[in-house]
Amino acid sequence: MSVSAREETAKPVRNFGIDLKTAGPLVALIVLCVLGYSLNPAFLSEGNLANLLTRSAFIGIIAVGATFVITAGGIDLSVGSMAAFVAGMMIIIMNGAIDVMGVSVWTVILGCGCSLILGIGAGFINGFLTTKGKIEAFIVTLGTMGIYRSLVTYFADGGTLSLASAARDIYRPVYYDSFLRIPIPVWVFIGVAIIGWILMNRTAFGRYCMAIGSNEHVARYSAIKVDRVKTWTYVLQGLCVSLATIIYVPRLGSASSATGVLWELEAIAAVIIGGTMLKGGFGRVGGTVIGALILTAIGNILNLTDIISNYLNGAVQGVIIVVAVYLQRGNLRAPKRKAQE
Amino acid sequence: MKLKTLLAGLVVSTAMIGAAAAQDKIKIGVSIPAATHGFMGGLNWHAQEAEKRLEAQHENIDIIIVTANGPSDQASDLEDLVSVHQIDALVVLPFESEPLTDPVKQVKQTGAFITVVDRGLSEPGIEDIYVAGNNTEMGRVSAEYMKSRLKEGDNIVILRGIPTVLDTERFDAFMAEIEGSGINVLDNKFANWNRDDGFEVMQDFLSRFPDIDGVWAQDDDITLGVVEAIKQAGREKEMFVVGGAGMKEIIKGVMEGDELVPVDVLYPPAQIATAMDVTVANYTSNAPVRGRYILGAPLITPENAEEFYFPDSPF
Repeated sequence: MSVSAREETAKPVRNFGIDLKTAGPLVALIVLCVLGYSLNPAFLSEGNLANLLTRSAFIGIIAVGATFVITAGGIDLSVGSMAAFVAGMMIIIMNGAIDVMGVSVWTVILGCGCSLILGIGAGFINGFLTTKGKIEAFIVTLGTMGIYRSLVTYFADGGTLSLASAARDIYRPVYYDSFLRIPIPVWVFIGVAIIGWILMNRTAFGRYCMAIGSNEHVARYSAIKVDRVKTWTYVLQGLCVSLATIIYVPRLGSASSATGVLWELEAIAAVIIGGTMLKGGFGRVGGTVIGALILTAIGNILNLTDIISNYLNGAVQGVIIVVAVYLQRGNLRAPKRKAQE
Repeated sequence: MKLKTLLAGLVVSTAMIGAAAAQDKIKIGVSIPAATHGFMGGLNWHAQEAEKRLEAQHENIDIIIVTANGPSDQASDLEDLVSVHQIDALVVLPFESEPLTDPVKQVKQTGAFITVVDRGLSEPGIEDIYVAGNNTEMGRVSAEYMKSRLKEGDNIVILRGIPTVLDTERFDAFMAEIEGSGINVLDNKFANWNRDDGFEVMQDFLSRFPDIDGVWAQDDDITLGVVEAIKQAGREKEMFVVGGAGMKEIIKGVMEGDELVPVDVLYPPAQIATAMDVTVANYTSNAPVRGRYILGAPLITPENAEEFYFPDSPF
């Protein structure tokens, strides 16, 4: 925490052309891209890049929300289950709406509206229990993780909830169409990232998150409404989950208990790779975006080559995650030494 | 404290009443994995259907179904079935072979009749009946169909399940059958019996290989993801997909003559019902039932798809 505080104050003094902390994950991403291209030139084809970016949108959007939660010293383990639950409820609601009001764009809009309400509501519950209930965020979200996961299994009767095909035809473009040759999920991702960046770096809310994550007591004495700000981070997280779900559902038109498994860990990994500290106090939305891209790129590259045994995929991913974070830690140390000189 | 005593008393008395009432009934415990993915969802459904049917048919049969979230969970379930329910017979689909072998042996020592389903135990001779789908046959039948549709020099890609013995059996049998046919297997990747992974892995295969003639997706959940990826790339005219298991959506497609997924290979979630049937038969018929019941892995085609279609099942 003190390191990050020193970082902040030291920033204007050192006049590097590039910010080393941002460069860490970026360098890792570039290295990965070069590696991907050298293993298989198809990596940089337009189709593959579009696939890669679209895929990273889900984890990316959720991870932007997670950046705020983690920066404020919290954690949300429920996002993957929450995504599955919200997706399942959306499908049930839309299928139900078809019976009542027929198939139209309104059915889809109704589903998306419900998704937003559910996401925000679920986020609020996490936030409320953490702040007012005074239960550790780890425990609250561990609990809600189990609840959402079993609810979606229950509603699907252990199988899969599928969106009626008529509604799917209307909803499909949300995932599969492009605007200016960039897929729509990527636009949503870009929008969320920009808003997230502004919130984190240019508003009082972002500063409060960092202050609370650094030292909650000091923040409280500084007249920051700690509980309110922390609750907001979870609401924001819920909103992000809901947005990710809205673009996820049209992809396969289904939700099951296998939906969103381990997304929480991927989101947390993206946040950490991006340079946000797990213990809170310092958040980087831009880094999170790169972190999400790195995670997706690893999986993509592994699928584009047959050099590595299938059984070792997890090991390769693990190594790259650790290396990406190490690169960045190395850079964190450099200015510290400089400050001591 | 009071509540605790009350609860404890309640549990004990219910157990005693239950035990007294069911004294003359044959108790059959069914221990299966929880419905955490499509296939297990289907298996759970078939288990419940079989319970209703068998209990309605036979007055003296009482079936208790318990579901577990992992191997250790299942071991506890087995202990409960013995101590609380005092079962006469056990139908078990072990989560994993190794860790469940001893717990099942413990049940056996109480004198219970044992039926093992699908995944075997690591020691022979424990079970009285073994009922299973046929992974090897499933791989072989899929490869046979590939050979019937493709010629020398054609290319296929393979999407596998989760790295387990089950998956390896299917894969090895497939590769053995395809060998020497001149069909090229471009690559194989794990898609974890999951739609999302199937979609992503297939997207990557499609950007990597310009010429694919066939896809062995091995599982129907993966197949659904694969189909979306192929449609997105607009290449549905170039290839066909062979899945497996017997998911109702896929079978419906086969019935309706889908060209992209023309057939399916059966690996029935209803095998649990078969196991329960033969276990009950041990008590209700005078025919010998001990032995191994290996279900076939027939090719499901538009002609016979009707037989394998369960519209009410969640899978």
